[in-house]
Amino acid sequence: MNFSGLIDNFGPLTVAGLAQGAIIALFALGYTLVYGVLRLINFAHSEVFLVGTYACLIIWGWFGLDQNSARPDFGAMLGYMALGLVAAIVVSGTVALGVELVAYRPLRRRNAPPLAFLITAIGASLAISEFVGVATHRNQRGVPPIIQARTVITIGNTHITNLQILIIALALVMMFVLDRFINGSRLGRGIRAVAQNPDSAALMGVNKSRVISLVFLLGGLMAGIAAVMYDLKIGVTKYDAGFLLGIDAFTAAVLGGIGNLRGALLGGLLLGVLQSWAAGLFGSNWLHAAAFVLLVLILMFRPSGLLGESLGRARA
Amino acid sequence: MSEPHMDTPEELDRMNARPIDEPAPTGADQILDQGVRDPDALLEVDHVTLRFGGVVALNDVSFSLRKGEIFGLIGPNGAGKTTCFNAMTGVYRPTSGAIRFQGQSIVGKKKHEITRGGIARTFQNVRLFPEMTALENVMVGADAHHKTSVISALFRLPRHWQEERSGRERSLELLEFVGIRRRAGDVSRNLSYGEQRRLEIARALATNPTLLCLDEPAAGFNPAEKAELLELIRRIRDTGVTVLLIEHDMRLVMGVTDRIVVLEFGKKIAEGTPAEVRDNPAVIAAYLGVPTDAA
Repeated sequence: MNFSGLIDNFGPLTVAGLAQGAIIALFALGYTLVYGVLRLINFAHSEVFLVGTYACLIIWGWFGLDQNSARPDFGAMLGYMALGLVAAIVVSGTVALGVELVAYRPLRRRNAPPLAFLITAIGASLAISEFVGVATHRNQRGVPPIIQARTVITIGNTHITNLQILIIALALVMMFVLDRFINGSRLGRGIRAVAQNPDSAALMGVNKSRVISLVFLLGGLMAGIAAVMYDLKIGVTKYDAGFLLGIDAFTAAVLGGIGNLRGALLGGLLLGVLQSWAAGLFGSNWLHAAAFVLLVLILMFRPSGLLGESLGRARA
Repeated sequence: MSEPHMDTPEELDRMNARPIDEPAPTGADQILDQGVRDPDALLEVDHVTLRFGGVVALNDVSFSLRKGEIFGLIGPNGAGKTTCFNAMTGVYRPTSGAIRFQGQSIVGKKKHEITRGGIARTFQNVRLFPEMTALENVMVGADAHHKTSVISALFRLPRHWQEERSGRERSLELLEFVGIRRRAGDVSRNLSYGEQRRLEIARALATNPTLLCLDEPAAGFNPAEKAELLELIRRIRDTGVTVLLIEHDMRLVMGVTDRIVVLEFGKKIAEGTPAEVRDNPAVIAAYLGVPTDAA
């Protein structure tokens, strides 16, 4: 154990953890939204994220960018960023809707038991991930240098980069927008109504199928944004990129209280920071092991997550 | 989740798919029925039979509701009132027979389509959205008739704002109408039982129904609250909404309804004005026990 390492590098580890946590949080929203409405763990959500990481690379590729390209100037960078985000959002959103339509809706029509959904979820996840694996010959793909990470703020030994600020700020803004949408709009009201009492909601004229499509779409949009941030931060993607990060994201959703949007944000940031500290304390090999032991401990004392299952508690 | 003892509509559908060993209504019945069809009928229950597996919950029940009346559906506990009600609001699908609302069959329609078509209901056991405020609960109902698309809601176009504002105003008016406007901002699970029942009625009214179905709205009320509720039901009728009232308390229904149908063991045993029904020997027997026992 390296206590002095953790204490000396407390600032940098925390900032790095927050950036990683912001990506996990955006990713986690998809799990939490779908669970809140359907009581279903959408394991295929990790592949919704995966296709996002490739979508932006492909569109950048169309513009002749690869990992060896020169760094674009500021104006071009903004253009590429916007383009990459739109591509990832569109593709991830479409795949999320497609998974719902193909893997879940037919089962729901036939009133299948919950286990059947779990199996189709895992099936859809593996199918998409393997499809990407075969199509890319299981090679990793490098990300063009759209944004050069450089330090913009220095506090003591903590250097905060423009990329870290972008990731954290974007996650916070998207969380805020989504929160406003769910709590302050007609469609959001419909989502909450279905989450709290699906039968009453239907009898009040809420179209349940549309609400379900909408939550899958929203989860897909957020995963798309997370995917672009992941590409820029990590620099490469691979057909199994969604798997481990997906487990992190699902964990973050449970940690914050699954079904609870603000819980996903808190859980994501907390998990990112815990992993970062664990890496500092025990070495980066222990990152997941240590963070998950802590997670077990937290859930022992707060089994329904830090903020509780807000959409869920409501359902009697 | 739904109560464990209640089967989901889908399961019931499956059970209903079993062969029916009783003949469907004959042609002669239908011709007879055509002859007496009421042109003012808002909702027609036409020879409806509903079985759950081997249990016949409704046995060839027919009646019709006229526009603008308060109609009572009564019977002892377990008579099939709620089952009948669920068939009329799309929760159960009749094994045979037809249900027509404003001349159109509603059998097989989705619940939200039936609501948007103009039938609203409340539940025997209160089923609100517990984590929403009273106002939000009513606004969910009001949303049913909004026209704005997902896109305009996402981007908050002016039309969306306009509808949001009018929905909000109308919802507040409805809370005022049922007498709980001062609780508008409170989370609905914190409301008293009586307030929750009133809120449920306001929420149902927000869908702009032609027909409002109330399932034992007075359950658990004391006499003073019952009197207030009857007053509210009359005021609802006076706004032009037809009201269907389900009750097992005969006295409560007598004072407010225009016409009554009495069910017992899934069969219609009487129909008429409150006075007619009250003096009907079959009804007295159903409520007081079989005559031999009574005598």
